[in-house]
Amino acid sequence: MTGLFARQHLLAIAPLTRQEIESLLDLGAEYVDLNRQISKKRDTLRGRTLINLFFEPSTRTQSSFELAGKRLGADTMNMSVNQSSLKKGETLIDTAMTLNAMRPDIIVIRHQDSGAVALLADKVSCSVVNAGDGAHEHPTQALLDALTIRRRLGRIEGLTVAICGDVLHSRVARSNVHLLTKLGARVRLVAPRTLMPAGAATWGAEIFTDLREGIKGADIVMMLRLQMERMTGSFLPSQREYFHFYGLDREKLALAKPGALVMHPGPMNRGVEIDSAIADDIDRSLIHEQVEMGVAARMAVLDALARQLPNAERKV
Amino acid sequence: MTRTAYINARLIDPATNLDAPGGLLVEDGKIADVGPRLFNDAKPANADIVDCKGQALAPGLIDLRVFTGEPGAEHRETLASAGESAAAGGVTSFAMMPVTDPVIDDAALVDFIKRRAAANAKVNVYPCAALTQGLKGTQMAELGLLQEAGAVAFTDADRTIASTLIMRRCLTYAANFDALVIAHAEDPALASVGHMNEGAFAARMGVGGIPAAAEAIVVERDMRLVELTGARYHLGQVSTAAALEIIAKAKARGLPVTCAVSAHHLVLNEQDIGEYKTFAKVSPALRSEEDRKAMVEGVRAGTIDAIVSSHDPQAPETKRLPFAQAAYGAVGLETLLPAALSLHHEAGVSLIDILRRLTLEPAKLLRMSAGRLAKGAPADLVLFDPGAPRKIDPIEFRSRSKNSPFKGRLMQGRVSRTIVAGTTVFSAV
Repeated sequence: MTGLFARQHLLAIAPLTRQEIESLLDLGAEYVDLNRQISKKRDTLRGRTLINLFFEPSTRTQSSFELAGKRLGADTMNMSVNQSSLKKGETLIDTAMTLNAMRPDIIVIRHQDSGAVALLADKVSCSVVNAGDGAHEHPTQALLDALTIRRRLGRIEGLTVAICGDVLHSRVARSNVHLLTKLGARVRLVAPRTLMPAGAATWGAEIFTDLREGIKGADIVMMLRLQMERMTGSFLPSQREYFHFYGLDREKLALAKPGALVMHPGPMNRGVEIDSAIADDIDRSLIHEQVEMGVAARMAVLDALARQLPNAERKV
Repeated sequence: MTRTAYINARLIDPATNLDAPGGLLVEDGKIADVGPRLFNDAKPANADIVDCKGQALAPGLIDLRVFTGEPGAEHRETLASAGESAAAGGVTSFAMMPVTDPVIDDAALVDFIKRRAAANAKVNVYPCAALTQGLKGTQMAELGLLQEAGAVAFTDADRTIASTLIMRRCLTYAANFDALVIAHAEDPALASVGHMNEGAFAARMGVGGIPAAAEAIVVERDMRLVELTGARYHLGQVSTAAALEIIAKAKARGLPVTCAVSAHHLVLNEQDIGEYKTFAKVSPALRSEEDRKAMVEGVRAGTIDAIVSSHDPQAPETKRLPFAQAAYGAVGLETLLPAALSLHHEAGVSLIDILRRLTLEPAKLLRMSAGRLAKGAPADLVLFDPGAPRKIDPIEFRSRSKNSPFKGRLMQGRVSRTIVAGTTVFSAV
């Protein structure tokens, strides 16, 4: 660890430099090795308190952060919205202030509204990690995706990555566009026009509305989850039509570079954006590897943030 | 190889601005040769000869707006009877509205229509599919799958999508597939309380009126949405001067917008409703004489791209009712040509410009190779006498329904032969 990442919070990929990102990825790579040993425990965060504050349901991100915290020796606590006092009318900020008063060291927050995590970060004295805010950013997902690609292909620079599907509602897409372009990948965004954000052409990615065109020659095909729960109004006619034109199956994947790898942030809608035959193909699908990298990437983030905490004990 | 030579014809081809005596040769369903001096010197060998006797030979008419009753209301019209009616009217291709029972909003139904039409209809039938599921205006239909099945355009036919958000999404999604959207412009809330054009005449009759603004409001909205989405937009029927002006401005700004007018709105005005004649109850309503004149000028100027029959067969049980309760709609396939030709006889619009809006322009909208007298194009042709006088008698119609507002009207123009893919499908006795 070169110590380049020196921030109190990790709220987004957008403000990070390439060096900051690479230092986090380097640290993450070390934790991948640790996580493959029998004894996975470190005491980096011993005595520290980590709170997972999830206003939106999550299985993999929440458990990934919980495990990351525990492996680093922190006391971790999960709080999800249906147990919270928000139901009793407390405002979002009051909830955060209350938790802050319990003197946690790091709060990991997921919220359905874009910008909500930054709003809370402003009000608390501890470190905050954004575990996904609305359709804005999901920085640790982009880090774990990059870690996965780097370990598999040895580099990110010069790769062509097609991010396909529900770009409009996707914080994963936004974080990944920032990260991958900063690291020198050629990024494509592929979506039907109803799911392509206005102005996406200014993000530094190439825009495609036809999946077959969009994945042509790609090294990595990253499928996004169709976020049915966020859809009000008619974005698409049906799931079967979506699968027909935008679902990844063998026939379409054949248009990508031979041996192209497939990623998905999960949870998958099988038969909607991805065919099971692809999702379960161990030669092409990195989906389980992404989950493994998730724990390591989050350990790296927690570790890096802990080094900035007041009275941090510098480790050798 | 079957060969038919049409000699002594007055060739009218809007695509090449040709209006001259000449001949045309059909081989195996396609136009093999055409030209002003063709067959001047010698009749072709090994060919059937049709002497056109100086009558007009033009591309067969392409009607962008036809309702049938199949499936669901076969007593009003089947694909077969609509085909007969079209052939008698010189119409060789028509786009079929998806207002059937069930609604054509599923790829399997597009396939059904295509198969049934191929087996039973004498002319080419191009199914349009619903823009929203069940024509309900809330959830877009499967435009991509429907297009792959052969739907040529998407439309809720006689309904306006009330929600601007849904309309926007439909247009955005249609643009994704480069699909043509055919819209109806009538503000649903304003139209809900009326049955005819709002004005002094409706007021005197005591019938609720639909203001001309109901059309302009929707067209204005839709032009903004076209600008936002880039979708190919066709206004199925324009009826008011105000809406036409908005379309003209949008075209001048380069938006991908076109519009059509029905033959009814070119010939009739609100006064033709007379004593509550329900056959003159159409949607949009017959408008004022000023609006009608604006439609004629729109055809002359080319602001209006196409003329349609808006053929909508209705049975006595839906029309023999008090005006407010009667269904909208009028048959029109067999009066489309004479009604359109009235612009030539009464307003001095050139024959070729009228035919342009009945052949070439609709063909371009549907991206068809028909609609032209060109070598290699399908031999879809109409032979007609533009000046022949006639009195419209719906009893003679091939259509199963007789609800024509032109009943008893004196018109000019008679189809003597209709040819689809080289085969004569109608011949006047």
